[in-house]
Amino acid sequence: MFEVLILTLDSTVRLSTPLLLACLAGLYSERSGVVDIGLEGKMLGAAFGAGAVAYITANAWLGLMAGIAVSVALGLLHGFASITNRGNQIVSGVAINFLAAGLTALLGQTWFQQGGRTPSLPDGGRFKDVVWPFAEQIREVPFIGPLYGELISGHNLLVYSAFLAVPLTWWVLFRSRFGLRLRAVGESPAAVDTAGISVTWLRYRAVIACGILCGFAGAYLSIAQGSGFGVNMTAGKGFIALAALIFAKWRPASAMFACLLFGFLDAVSIRMQGQEIPGIGEIPVQFFQALPYILTVILLAGFIGKAIPPKAAGIPYLKERS
Amino acid sequence: MNSGQLPRWADYGLIPFLNLAAAFLVSGLVVVLIGENPLEAVKILVWGSLGYGEGIGFTLFYATNFIFTGLAVAVAFHAGLFNIGGEGQAYIGGLGVAFACLALDQYVPWYVTLPFAILGSAMMGAAWALIPGWLQATRGSHVVITTIMFNFIASSLMVYLLNNILKKPGSMQSETRTFEEGGRLPFLNDIFPSFGFGYAPVNLSLFVALGACVLVWLLIWRTKLGFEIRSFGANATAAVYAGISPVKTIVVTMLISGGLAGMMAINEIMGSQHRLLIDFVTGYGFVGIAVALMGRAHPVGIVLAAVLFGMLYQGGAELSFEMPSITRDMIIVIQGLVILFAGALEHMFRPTIVRLFTPSRALKAKEA
Repeated sequence: MFEVLILTLDSTVRLSTPLLLACLAGLYSERSGVVDIGLEGKMLGAAFGAGAVAYITANAWLGLMAGIAVSVALGLLHGFASITNRGNQIVSGVAINFLAAGLTALLGQTWFQQGGRTPSLPDGGRFKDVVWPFAEQIREVPFIGPLYGELISGHNLLVYSAFLAVPLTWWVLFRSRFGLRLRAVGESPAAVDTAGISVTWLRYRAVIACGILCGFAGAYLSIAQGSGFGVNMTAGKGFIALAALIFAKWRPASAMFACLLFGFLDAVSIRMQGQEIPGIGEIPVQFFQALPYILTVILLAGFIGKAIPPKAAGIPYLKERS
Repeated sequence: MNSGQLPRWADYGLIPFLNLAAAFLVSGLVVVLIGENPLEAVKILVWGSLGYGEGIGFTLFYATNFIFTGLAVAVAFHAGLFNIGGEGQAYIGGLGVAFACLALDQYVPWYVTLPFAILGSAMMGAAWALIPGWLQATRGSHVVITTIMFNFIASSLMVYLLNNILKKPGSMQSETRTFEEGGRLPFLNDIFPSFGFGYAPVNLSLFVALGACVLVWLLIWRTKLGFEIRSFGANATAAVYAGISPVKTIVVTMLISGGLAGMMAINEIMGSQHRLLIDFVTGYGFVGIAVALMGRAHPVGIVLAAVLFGMLYQGGAELSFEMPSITRDMIIVIQGLVILFAGALEHMFRPTIVRLFTPSRALKAKEA
């Protein structure tokens, strides 16, 4: 039983990582007042960029860089549309999702001729699992052995960086000058503008931070968890991350718990497939798949606390009425 | 930078045209990037979608879907709501069509089944939009987020239903049994053989879609409810002061919007597939956003935009056949670019155009 629990938690960590990275990405963007439903598209673009470059160069780090570059470029496009041109942020996000879905499959087919997938990665093109010191030696120790050896040790670098990004994000948002301004611009851009700080530049920096983290999330899918890019490999993870962001009420630590919860639901649904629960019978997999969304809707309805978005989220800032 | 600074033809003609031109220009660059000739590609695309009867038939078939989903998004736009859940509403709408067809198809002819199918699809689609609408109206939960969530819930629900409850006994496919004659809409090719639509699945639901356009026009611009919807969308605070109920307006608008999205299933399920199956919506709901944006939320504009997107779908299919290096994903890219330029970047060219128009108008004002 304990072993099953450890294994489920282990896959929870693996499944939560991309959600957490994308969720923190969205946190930066939305806290600055730029709503981003293009997380999915940015992740997908990053996964493709990372997969393609890691295959060609056989270097995981270059792959990660490429993933970040693609994602930041899509983020800047979102910024250009929604900050500079004051376009509708939802529409821009939808456009980015379409562009990423189409371009990755199209270019993947053109460059690699494998139906849109990138070829399996060569040695060195993938982030390997890191085994912590003494993980093998203490494996036999009851309780602590599996906890340390399975759950804490044996993940790849991106997993650890995702969880390190949580305190980092907290520090940036709540303890740094930049974070204070970022949060202010999401609540009241006019006040920030009056203080002589550029709303545009602040929001662009938030969008870039969002792009970097989405780049990590996408690269994790294609060159750490998987070995190569597959068509539409994000499969809605960007939207689950968005749901987690709302679930966490736009706070970093809560974001981690929300992503762990949604990752856990995913892990359980995989484990429960075709298994009977005494007294209840078999719970359909689809129920677990829908559960994150159902929980988010219930939360949004205000039945589990209230999720109040940053006040200026989704509203383009107009410096002066003309 | 309000509308009104430009003559109407520039607002409704020139700017959409420029946006569209920019989208196609970038699409052309993508084609060049792949290593094909973009002019050749355009030629194949236009010929494939309009060059012969069967091509036109397919174009109109896809356009029918886009009219429904475009109208759905447009009606919500008028109330200032963004219904991004057309995908899920259309999917659930399929249940309504399937229930009507499965119940009646062996006993009555299609024209008896059709009203029930329309009612069923509209009611199921509306039901799926009810909770997001109601939550927006009473609890302030943002309708964009809730409708996205409902798209995913719909997808899980339909997979479950089709795999466990509605599946044809003894079949491996996740789909219902095929409808009999009474559950199939006639193909236009059988009614008007002289058009030569061939095997194109364009069917009578095209006229249902056009009827819906007229009704939406009447509703929005000629009824009290439509006035309330537009007032609420233009200025919610003022509308509330004028005695318009925000809860009623939001909920009713979302019901109408969801119902229209649900009716898309008539074309796919009763008109073409003749059975309910997994993933029959495949993005039509999302493209409805682009159609509504391009059509400026007006039924006439929506029909034109729907035909354009129908051309892209059919022409794109032809293109992937003639130029195998341009896969069907190219259509998704073009759609993305159209949404980007016609939607998110719609104001990009406006300042330049306004500047171009202002001096000449100012001069005229002086002369007068």
